[in-house]
Amino acid sequence: MNHNISVKEFLSQRPVGEDLEDFIYSVKEEAERINKRTNCFITTNPDFANLSAKAFVGEKLFALPLSVKDNMCTSGLKTTAGSKILHNYVPTFNATSVLRARKEGAQILGKTAMDEFGFGTFSVNCAYDIPKNPWDLKRSAGGSSGGAGSITAALNMPHIALAESTGGSISCPAAFCGVVGLTPTYGLVSRYGLIDYANSLDKIGVISRSVWDSALTLSVIAGNDPRDFTSLQQKEKDYTSYCKEGKLKIGVPKEYFDGIDAKIAKEAWNAIYRLEGEGFSYQEVSLPSTKYALASYYIIAVSEASTNLAKFCGLRYGLSKELEGDFNEYFSEVRSAGFGQEAKRRIILGTYARMAGYRDAFYLKALKVRTVIINEFKSAFKKVDVLASPTMPLVAPKLDEIEKLSPIDHYKSDILTVPPNLAGMPHISVPCGSSQGLPVGLHLIGDHLQEGKLIQAAHVYEKLRGEIKYPAI
Amino acid sequence: MIDEKTVEHIASLARLKTTEEEKKKFVKELSSILDAFSELKQVEADVKPSFHPIEIKNVLREDKEEKCISQDQALSNTEQKEDKFFKGPRIV
Repeated sequence: MNHNISVKEFLSQRPVGEDLEDFIYSVKEEAERINKRTNCFITTNPDFANLSAKAFVGEKLFALPLSVKDNMCTSGLKTTAGSKILHNYVPTFNATSVLRARKEGAQILGKTAMDEFGFGTFSVNCAYDIPKNPWDLKRSAGGSSGGAGSITAALNMPHIALAESTGGSISCPAAFCGVVGLTPTYGLVSRYGLIDYANSLDKIGVISRSVWDSALTLSVIAGNDPRDFTSLQQKEKDYTSYCKEGKLKIGVPKEYFDGIDAKIAKEAWNAIYRLEGEGFSYQEVSLPSTKYALASYYIIAVSEASTNLAKFCGLRYGLSKELEGDFNEYFSEVRSAGFGQEAKRRIILGTYARMAGYRDAFYLKALKVRTVIINEFKSAFKKVDVLASPTMPLVAPKLDEIEKLSPIDHYKSDILTVPPNLAGMPHISVPCGSSQGLPVGLHLIGDHLQEGKLIQAAHVYEKLRGEIKYPAI
Repeated sequence: MIDEKTVEHIASLARLKTTEEEKKKFVKELSSILDAFSELKQVEADVKPSFHPIEIKNVLREDKEEKCISQDQALSNTEQKEDKFFKGPRIV
């Protein structure tokens, strides 16, 4: 059996016996080899190839290798969220999305590298090794789901990755690594078992080689969960049924092309023209409050992060120290040793933004601006089905260039991914050409719960574009 | 508007210790970040705040006993334990 096949081919073949064993062993070896080159995993699953312990009873994801971003709890498998403060945390339960995938037969390959708690755009704010981009190992794999993007691009075998986005953490690594990244509507996928960054922004989604793979995985992980009170009451459905021909109306937000690298903008326009050639129509739209999205997003994100991170205090799990001093001294000792620079920066910013006297000017104002931005999206979606733009304003930067950036420069890289994340709108990044020999992403944004239209538009484009030749590393 | 004293105060509220060097760095960085965030003051937003991007309804369940994790499981991730209890630092 050929192991270099797509997810779809693998699931139609469903190997058994020795064929399956051979497949599992070759995936394990290849993933370990890639990990040595790219640091895509924080932890690999020692039980992945332990076939005797497994019963492949699942249907939809039969024996499919699955990597999981390290901020989703996996029972019996270390989960660090990219932080030193959780360096030894072994959950006793599975996150709902992990459990759903496992029940359908997916096999956990490992836990992918990420910025600490998701705090970053380039996966360089990681307490462990920095994941690298398979297209150029000197460059960033994107963040914060950098490990997920990296392994998906590097592993030329059937595989899917569960990833998570707060402000662009699925789209960014997908664009930088030349793979597909699907971020669903806020609340469509349960957040139970996700180590929170910002509760009102976090969304679990998928990184994969093809649009069909992402649609299939979404069909498995989406659905109501009584354990997450923000989980939507939505009927489960087969999202792969949207991988079909069709003609949709595209809106091109003019603000999303301001200050974008010219070659990247050109590649996105080429993709739009190709869709037009297939019967799609496009029109320019305006989202005038886009320029305020970044500030609104970061204020909400750091405010929520600063409260979420209050629970890490070195008692019930995670990093601990000798019990010395009173509780305030002890907590401060553990937290100061366990959190990295960016985590500290965001805790301090968030605490400031919520302090008496500043709360109305920062936090409350940011929430009102979010309403304005949601309303602008809603009125655009009265005219068009999906919005299209480049995913990132730049291609994957070199790791040594990133070191020179200030925190505010880092935050500005999220300018295109933040608006739909702030508004909870589903979005998908699909590879569309290249700049400087590096992948560029086409970003499609849909209205709340319109994943179907996104998948359809992305699928039609993917067929027009054709296969991608991934680098051998 | 942010000085080293403010950084120290906020850090202590958040139970973080900061070195002199960190304080200096944070003053500089936080000032430029807050400066950038202040552009929100220009926005006219006479609307309700969105605490979530979509409308969230309160979810209730029956007050019935359910299976939960065992005491051993709850204690499995810490060294700070004694006689099946969590052990903590001095309170008073």
